[in-house]
Parts: sequence; C-alpha cells; structure tokens
Amino acid sequence: MTAAAQFDYAIDVEGLNKHFDGKHVVKDVSLRVRKGEIFGFLGPNGSGKTTTIRMMCGLLKPDSGTGTCLGHDIRRESAEIKRSVGYMTQRFSFWEDLTIAENMEFVARIYQLRDRKATVRKSLADLGLTARAHQLAGELSGGWKQRMALAACMLHAPQLLLLDEPTAGVDPRARRDFWDELQALAAKGISVLVSTHYMDEAVRCHKLAYISSGTLLAQGTAQEIIEGQHLNTWAIHGDHLAELQEELRKRDNVAQTVTFGDVLHVSGTNDELLEREIEAAVGRSGRRVERIETSLEDVFIYLMGRSETNSGGNA
Amino acid sequence: MKGRQRFSGARWWAVVLKEFTQLKRDRLTFAMIMGIPIMQMTLFGFAINTIPRHLDTGVISADDSDVTRDFMEAMQNSSYFKIVERLPNEEAGREALAQGQLLFVVNIPAGFTRQVLRRERPSILIEADATDPTTTGSALAAVDGITQTVIQRELTGPLASLQGGPAPFAVSVHPLYNPDEITQYNVVPGLMGMVLTLTMVMMTGLAVTRERERGTMENLLAMPSTPLEVMTGKLVPYIGIGLLQASIILLAARYVFFVPFFGNVLAVYLSTLLFIAANLTVGITFSSLARNQLQAVQLAIFYFLPNIILSGFMFPFKGMPGWAQAIGNLLPLTYFNRLVRGILLKGNGWADSWPSVWPMMVFTVVVMCVAVATYRRTLD
Repeated sequence: MTAAAQFDYAIDVEGLNKHFDGKHVVKDVSLRVRKGEIFGFLGPNGSGKTTTIRMMCGLLKPDSGTGTCLGHDIRRESAEIKRSVGYMTQRFSFWEDLTIAENMEFVARIYQLRDRKATVRKSLADLGLTARAHQLAGELSGGWKQRMALAACMLHAPQLLLLDEPTAGVDPRARRDFWDELQALAAKGISVLVSTHYMDEAVRCHKLAYISSGTLLAQGTAQEIIEGQHLNTWAIHGDHLAELQEELRKRDNVAQTVTFGDVLHVSGTNDELLEREIEAAVGRSGRRVERIETSLEDVFIYLMGRSETNSGGNA
Repeated sequence: MKGRQRFSGARWWAVVLKEFTQLKRDRLTFAMIMGIPIMQMTLFGFAINTIPRHLDTGVISADDSDVTRDFMEAMQNSSYFKIVERLPNEEAGREALAQGQLLFVVNIPAGFTRQVLRRERPSILIEADATDPTTTGSALAAVDGITQTVIQRELTGPLASLQGGPAPFAVSVHPLYNPDEITQYNVVPGLMGMVLTLTMVMMTGLAVTRERERGTMENLLAMPSTPLEVMTGKLVPYIGIGLLQASIILLAARYVFFVPFFGNVLAVYLSTLLFIAANLTVGITFSSLARNQLQAVQLAIFYFLPNIILSGFMFPFKGMPGWAQAIGNLLPLTYFNRLVRGILLKGNGWADSWPSVWPMMVFTVVVMCVAVATYRRTLD
C-alpha cells in the first residue's frame, strides 16, 4: 500500500474475519472509504455490520485480515484509532442518570480536550442542545438522544465517524435533520461510515456496501451496485396483485417479485425470457405493464433473498 | 360468569414449563438455588458450635507433680481445653495470647505442690483471651468443676485431711483484653468487617455490571479510556464509602457502646483500607462473572454467607471443626476480625498484627489476578 493510498482512504481494510464461539460472523470483508465520503453499510440484522464496525474502531481484534483506519493499523494501533475516531453505538450508550452537559463533560475529559468548558458549550449550542443541557439524558426522546450522542461523538473533532444504525427508532423528521447534519460534516471533509436499514438513507450515501451472513455481496456507488446485479425490472399496475404475484413466483426466470402498494415489481436477469413470462401471466387481464429502472431497493431485496437461499436462510 | 376467564390448567402448565426452561437457562441462579441450602446445612449443622470445645491452651509449668499433671489431665478431659504447647515463661504466654495463637495460658507457679501440702493455699493462674467472651465463657465456667475433681482424686490417703474446709488451692482466672466479658466489645468491631464485606462486594459488583447491562461499557471501551482506568476509577468512590462506614461504626463503638480503644486508630484505618481492597477485588471478579445486576447481587450474597458464619464474627472460630476453620482461614473477614479486635481490644502493635495482615495481602493479590484475568477487555 502506498503512502498516497493511505492518505486517500479513511478506512482501508482487507480480508477481515471474525469468529464467535465457532461461528464465522465476518467473512473476508474488504472495505475502502474515501476521505469526505458518506459510506452506507447495509445488510439484514445479524449480518455482521456491528462486528465489522467494532473491528474497524479497535474494539475487537479481527481473527485475520489487515487494514488501516485513518492511517492507523487496526490490529496494533487501536489506542490511536480510539482517539481519532468517533463511534456511535447502535444502542444509546451514554449515561441516562447524568445530564446532557455532564455526559459531554465526561467525554471531553476522557479525550483530554483542552478548553473543555468552551468546547462543550459550543458543541451544545451547535446542535441546539443548550436549553436542554441540564436535563437527564434518560429523559430525552429518541431523536434528542441521538442528537446528543452525535454531539458527544463529534466533541473531539474526529476525522472519521462510525455510526451504527444511528437512526433506528427515530422519527422521519429527526432522521432527515440528522442526515442534513451528516452531509454538512462530509462537506467539511469528515468521512462517515453509517449502517442503516432505510432506503431513503442509503440513496443519500456516496458509496454503499451490502453485507449478508458476514459476506460483502456488493460494494460501490448506488448506480454501480444496481448495474452489478444485471437485473431487469418490470412494473405491473393494477389491483388484486397477490394472485398474480403468486403465479409469477413459480416461473423460472422471475428472480423476485415485490409489491409496492398497487404496483408489482418483477425482476429477473434474462430480460427476454422475463418479458415473455410476464406477458403470459398478465395475459388479457388488461393490467398496465411497463419496463422500469431497477431501483436500489429491488437490488437489496434481491441480494437478501439470494444470500438466504445460498446460506440456508440463517442470515 | 361473563367477563371472567376460567382457570386453565393448560395455560397454567405453559407458564410452569416456561419458568422451568428459563430457570434451567440461568445456570448461575440454579447453581445458587441448589448451593445455598447445601452450604447452609453444612455450616449450621456441622461447623457452628456455640459451646466451643478443645480450645488451644498453653501451659507454663514450674512444678511437675502428680497434682499438677492430674490438673492438666482433668482440663483436657473436660473437653474444653486442649493443651497444645508448653511455654517457657509469661512473656511467651502473653505474646501467644495477643496474636490469637492460644486462647488460654495456664500458669502453675514454682513449688505449687509443696505449698498445697503445707496448706499455704497456692493459686494456679489461667489467663484467657476474652475478646470474644462467647468462646471462652463455657470453658472458664468449667474450671471450678475441674478443680473439684482434682482435689477429690488426688488428695486421698494421708492427704485426705486436706479435703473439706477451705480449698487446698485456688484457680484464679484473668480474662484479658475484655475483663468484664462484654459481648458488645467483640461484636461491634466485628460488625465493621461484615458491613464492609457486604457493601463493598455488592456495590462494586453492581457498578461494573450496570455499565455492561446498560450498554455504556461499549462506549467507555470505544473511547480512549483503558480498562485499567475504568476499573480503578470506578473503585475510588467505594473506598471512600467504605472508610465512611468504618468511621460510623467506630464512632458508635466508642461513644454508644463504650468499647475501649487500646490500640492505634490509624492502624485500624490502615487495616480497613487493606480489607476494602481485598473486597473490591472480589467485587470486580463478580462483576466480570455476572451477566446482569441481579446475578451480581446474588453472587455477593453467596459470598457473604460463609463470611459471616465462618469468620468468627457470629460464632466462635475456635469452636468450629478443622475443615470449617480451614475455609474460614481463606476468607479475609476472618483476618480482619482478628486484626481489628486485636488492635482495638488488645492494643496489638505491628508485630502482633502481622500474622493477620499478610494473609489479607495474599488474598488481595491473588483475587486481583483473577479479576484482571476475567475482566472483559473487549466486548466478545
């Protein structure tokens, strides 16, 4: 790896593996996150996202694999990584019996920040938490908790943020505000790796990776991921789509069917055969059929389904 | 009746099965459910003996005759005394008493037998460590009986005339350290160790498991703080709490129960610090073993039971069978009890305290190693 490459990537890991009690939880994961990039990390629950993130921020030692995080070796320099990375845990992990200000003070002390008081005051003001500074963290709503957690992670001005499902259980408006915040940070050159289940969040990422049962199935921009799966998708409009869906599922060339309200998306890899089968199934029912662009969501559902069949469904 | 459901045996059974399944999964609780009655039965059934017998006794004898030999034999036969040592002089006797190696020292003066025959009514002196009056009480009460037996058995034939009238010799008993044999003197300092054991072990156990249970431990570990910083930093407040508890008990001992303080109070505090350290290491180990706060509390209680029963706090240590004393000798509370009672009631100095100090140090170091080994550095 050249010095230039190290400089380009906030995260650059290769072939990460981790076992828990004989279970292979993360399998040969390689990831590259450029500086100033928002990198979305997707995958079903229990697919190894959290474990991968913990290995990257020095909380867990990988069984095998190498890599750097902000230029620090993830195996040997976990102390440096911890000092320079902001990690937000999946579950709210600040002290609910301390006030917001006390939590922030504590974090500032742990990172040994100079001008502690001023830094905390500024951070609270930036995130609009000043009015609530003396409220117990445990009394905050989900959205405010998450704001506080982000403020605490940002206190030591990290160049890389690792966010593990930061918006789980947060209402749509708070989620949107949160993402505006992330994009503002990325614009300042801060790299963000964020795991999520939400498609609307996935499309706001510069790059994406999809992991399932510990294996990375796809990586790249949204466009690259969509193209990489070579899916053709047709939309069938109309009502009573359930029977039609049932019938299409039995066909060999239909890789997947997904209902979005009164639209049925049907995808397959062989366009010609797929078209013929859809025509046959729709027949003379008069439903409107059109070719559409395969969406990211179609691809992710496709990836999820495919890895389930491959791994016997224990995703 | 409408609106009220009948009791369903099937649903009830479902709950029973679920409860058993959960219980089976929670192995630690299950082990304790089984362990506590077994432990309690063993301890109360076999180990606890409120009338302690075979208490270690030393003899300083300057006179060797049939009478003195019979007196010692009668002491042994009474089953209260067990003569384990011959001592050269009174200093050696005092030292052994101060260190708690012996509970009684029998001093037979030179020319004792001759004085008996001359009707000079000499005395045998029994010095007793009366810090714990429960231990020594019954044995000392038996002394009169022993004396009578010896007089009747030995003074026969031409000496029979010595029987009747005033007793030909006397046995005077000196209860040392707690001359009035007031139980509070012994219990109050002992209480200190008990209170510290329970609170220190439970509080530290909870403090660390709480972080883990609430998920804040992950945050602590993801920040630059090292496990050692987290662990030791969390302990400091409890050292303060422990010293505060000790002070409350000491103040109450002095001004409410009027326990005499013969020794150095600073020495008591230093001992308390060492004892707190020993208990904190136990607390940390438990916090690593317990998966949640409830288990931490259960473990603390599990540890607490043998401590109060086998340490000599509640029941006389010397009255327990050998195996129970052996277990008691592994517990820091045993040594702390001896140490604090020794300093407060006997005025023990450094040399007399050392035999109780080093085992606590060894305990602390050993358990600290266990604690560090079990402490989960990372999240897996």
